[in-house]
Amino acid sequence: MHLDSAMSQRVTFNNKLLPYLLLAPQMLVTLVFFFWPAYQAARSSLYLPDPFGLSEQYVGLENFTFLLEDPYYRASFLTTATFSALVAAISMGAALWLAVMADRVIKGSGAYRTLLIWPYAVAPAIAGVLWLFMFNPSIGVAPYYLKALGYNWNHVLNPGEAMGLVVAASAWKQVSYNFLFFLAGLQAIPKSVIEAAAIDGAGFWRRFRTIVFPLLSPTTFFLLVVNVVYAFFETFGVIHTITAGGPQQATTILVYKVYSDGFVGQDLGSSAAQSVILLLVVGVLTIVQFRFIERKVHY
Amino acid sequence: MSMVEKKGASVWLTHIGLILGILVMCFPIWFAFVASTVTQHDIIRPPLPLMPGPHLIENYKRALLEGVNTPVWKMLVNSSIMALGITIGKISISIISAYAIVYFRFPFRMVFFWLIFLTLMLPVEVRILPTYEIAAGLGLLNSHAGLIFPLIASATATFLFRQLFMTIPDELVEAARIDGAGPMRFFWDILLPLSRTNIAALFVILFIYGWNQYLWPLLVTTDPEMNTIVMGIKQMFPSGDDLADWPVIMATAILAMLPPAAVVLFMQRLFIKGLVESEK
Repeated sequence: MHLDSAMSQRVTFNNKLLPYLLLAPQMLVTLVFFFWPAYQAARSSLYLPDPFGLSEQYVGLENFTFLLEDPYYRASFLTTATFSALVAAISMGAALWLAVMADRVIKGSGAYRTLLIWPYAVAPAIAGVLWLFMFNPSIGVAPYYLKALGYNWNHVLNPGEAMGLVVAASAWKQVSYNFLFFLAGLQAIPKSVIEAAAIDGAGFWRRFRTIVFPLLSPTTFFLLVVNVVYAFFETFGVIHTITAGGPQQATTILVYKVYSDGFVGQDLGSSAAQSVILLLVVGVLTIVQFRFIERKVHY
Repeated sequence: MSMVEKKGASVWLTHIGLILGILVMCFPIWFAFVASTVTQHDIIRPPLPLMPGPHLIENYKRALLEGVNTPVWKMLVNSSIMALGITIGKISISIISAYAIVYFRFPFRMVFFWLIFLTLMLPVEVRILPTYEIAAGLGLLNSHAGLIFPLIASATATFLFRQLFMTIPDELVEAARIDGAGPMRFFWDILLPLSRTNIAALFVILFIYGWNQYLWPLLVTTDPEMNTIVMGIKQMFPSGDDLADWPVIMATAILAMLPPAAVVLFMQRLFIKGLVESEK
């Protein structure tokens, strides 16, 4: 993004008050619902309220040191990393595979695209309900057939199965999005490049490995960031509907922990400190995203 | 036709692979639809058939008019108000902010720009508790305003309009000035019509975003009458070991998907435009 150079040469209107009036609604919402709460979170992360919520005591960084020594919080970091890596890998892998095929067909690619993109519209929480229904230990269709194969599925008790299920539901919901961007990326690769390689006798896999995939790398990197952001922040609905963080906190990702410690558990100091840590995570991810976009613009 | 891959067998394999992929992608939704057309009795004895049963009208009527805690039609109304409120709110406040930043020179202009930019780093998920406390302090709990206002600041939409405005030639502003048009006249008569496609594309994306909100409605609505459909569906599951009313829940899941899915399907071109541009 280039912010100043492009903006300074414009023809503009001369009006002292009007621009402030135009900015007022956005600023009001931003200050009241974004910056004030962020400030509150930062402030309460340095305080410890008494058990009755009547007074509070300044404790410096104690909430943070306590958090970082808390095995549950550390476990939640690891859970989030595992969860995000699996969701990104599975949804991007499946989407790339589908996009490569859709790019190869000439007839009917529009129809395939239509059928593949509409799961984008499904809310994460609804995706959770759909997968919960298929994998419900007592009535689900998947446990029924797994039992016939001699496997007893119960994600309510088994941490690994619970993780598998929230990963599957989250990745499934995100395939459509990744597919659209991969397909657009593939279609932007000049056909002449591919044809030249084909004439030189390079087979499909060889072409994919040496030409297509490297040319797709900007798209892949962009999607990687988007998918990590998605897995970190937007999958709350999936986890809340399917596992509520359990069993034994096996699916408690960081965002879920802020909610369950702060809102359900009423541990205000710890929840605020967790919010501040998450804020740093979002900050880093946003910077990575924008640095990448800057490169794309100046390319 | 391209010179690459024109052998019959490989074309067929590609089509088969795609159809398999589509079946896997669509199966969870189809299966939910089947479940919404059978009785509870059919569901508790797996496996469920793969073809719909005869109880579609009965189940959907029961969901819409009775629901579990609250009739689903009320949740649909709440979701519509929230989604439209967020969409229209975000577009309105963003387009005028972008207009101010691009077409005026005033002290602290870049400060405002960066303040809007910073909201990107503050998703609702990281400021849950304090935002809830502010909403409670302002008396916004269990209200449509409480569902809408805390979510309507939008850096993305502001950037999008800013980028669009910067591509509009200066001659248009000069011509408007010579004709004696003031800044608001220029905005209404020239800028707004030129932004039509972008507004429509953003509308599609933001409508889906608003409709699919989960965490914020979960915090601010405790009264079942104010539940939105996406968050209300979780509240339909009984606590403890009671059996969930699956046909009604699955009918509700299908109803919750219909509006955003219709938007994606019928406005596909705008949807793709909106998706690609809002990520820039």
